[in-house]
Amino acid sequence: MRRVGPIFAVLAALLALWYLAAIWMNATWVYDQAQRSGVEVTLAELIPAAMAQDRPLLPPPHQVAAKLWEGVTAQAITSKRSLIYHGFITFRGTMAGFALGILLGVGLAMAIVRFRVVDKSVMPWAIISQTIPIVAIAPMILVVANQLGIQGREVPKAIIASYLSFFPVLVSMVKGLRAPDQMQLDLLKTWGASEGETFRKLRLPASMPYFFASLKVAVAAALVGTIVGELPTGAVEGLGARMLLGSQYGEPLITWAALFASAILAGALILAVGLVERLAAVKMGVRA
Amino acid sequence: MSNALILLMGFGFWGAAWGLNIAVAGSAFGRTRTGRIFMPLLFGLTLLVLWEALVRALGVPPVILPAPSAIAAKFASSTDVLWADFVQTAVKGALSGFVIGCSAAFVTAILCDRVPFLRAGLLPIGNFVAALPIVGLAPILVMWFGFGWQSKAAVVVAMVFFPMLINVVAGLQASERMQRDLMATWGASYTQALWKLRLPAAMPFIFNGLKISASLALIGAIVAEYFGSPVVGMGFRISTAVGVLNIELVWAEIAVAALAGSALYGVIAIVERGVTFWHPSQRG
Repeated sequence: MRRVGPIFAVLAALLALWYLAAIWMNATWVYDQAQRSGVEVTLAELIPAAMAQDRPLLPPPHQVAAKLWEGVTAQAITSKRSLIYHGFITFRGTMAGFALGILLGVGLAMAIVRFRVVDKSVMPWAIISQTIPIVAIAPMILVVANQLGIQGREVPKAIIASYLSFFPVLVSMVKGLRAPDQMQLDLLKTWGASEGETFRKLRLPASMPYFFASLKVAVAAALVGTIVGELPTGAVEGLGARMLLGSQYGEPLITWAALFASAILAGALILAVGLVERLAAVKMGVRA
Repeated sequence: MSNALILLMGFGFWGAAWGLNIAVAGSAFGRTRTGRIFMPLLFGLTLLVLWEALVRALGVPPVILPAPSAIAAKFASSTDVLWADFVQTAVKGALSGFVIGCSAAFVTAILCDRVPFLRAGLLPIGNFVAALPIVGLAPILVMWFGFGWQSKAAVVVAMVFFPMLINVVAGLQASERMQRDLMATWGASYTQALWKLRLPAAMPFIFNGLKISASLALIGAIVAEYFGSPVVGMGFRISTAVGVLNIELVWAEIAVAALAGSALYGVIAIVERGVTFWHPSQRG
């Protein structure tokens, strides 16, 4: 209770602030309407009017929650209007990019730790790659994939997501694979261990805590990448496409619902990765 | 020249450069400062040469992938457009948002530090929000603040605030108990302890936050332009140039984005080296 108390207090304060902001921002529309029809609005009338608009500037939390609930339950989950359907599309893209990012990150880290020349010549570019805004390249990747005859957006989305998610894995794995100290490496040498054995029995196990720590960052990055991949024009499926749709048709509630759906998805993904991390720790005999 | 010959030369250059890099990595020169810069530069050059050779030899249509030389030519011939886009997106949108967002996060972090209740409540939320796809706020903020650079700056502020906040708060905790006690025995006030001990100790974390924010800032400013912008800006130019298949211009714009992102990151890294010279990661 001592730990969650302040969190709830801050959350409640944020919620109250949100309601106030919603009244304040939506009031203009109410006043405009009243002026047009020549009636005065009292404060008591203003508040409910600001809370229940079809196209509010800032929808109050309960309206967003209602839209979210409607998006989840009001139709079959295979419907194009279902947030579960769109969430699943985004989830699939995220997982593909996440897997690709892990492969790329771990592979590159192994090469960097093994070969000095790769470390010296490739590592700086890996860092530079993250300073290049991927969103600038995203539309390009879509065009190239299209020209190469790759149908749909699965592949380009996965590429964008893996571009963002490989980096945390790479950095942590380089650190992790170098974690064994000289004494341990020397010991394995005296036992006549080959390079492969040293890697399997010492370096890889030593890197696992670093690996799992990076996964949480990587999965969040993969989700951001997937959503960015769904944003540029032309996307019809996925949470990013829903956000775009709401913006294009002037339906802020759709955008807000998609935004919160993606936040929930992000939370679930991070929680799931945390769970896998704990299971792996138990399996490998780490005592908490 | 025949295509096969171009291809052969490309791969030949690759092999030669790789061999040279291996030699440099093993030599004394590889341990000098020049050597450490030389190797990645040669690797980057190799990629460009290979790219050029592949595009020429295989006759890749410019619509799919233009050659680096064609992109460079486009870059040189449209510097005025690129400069206007750079000012609109990188300076007005990303940089102003970056400064506002990071300062706001810094002030909030100090506030969190003074009020433990706020820290206990805000930090877990900040940790969670930092992992969310904040970039999705872009359409809403564009609706609120209009198509101008202000909405782009707002998106950037929203994106950099939480990563920066958690880094500064973590940094303010970085000084050791013993050191803080020492400050207390000297009768240092909160501000004194903050200036002389805790902010300097927090610097590695603060610069880490600044580096993360720097790359987020450009992403935010460019994405926000996909949701509406005046007829200038990097995101605007990219999406319209893709539409009319002016791919060379898109790549020139990507090059500008890469240069701007790397430059901002580089400036932060240089300042960091000067400020946190005492930290183990900067020594040796």
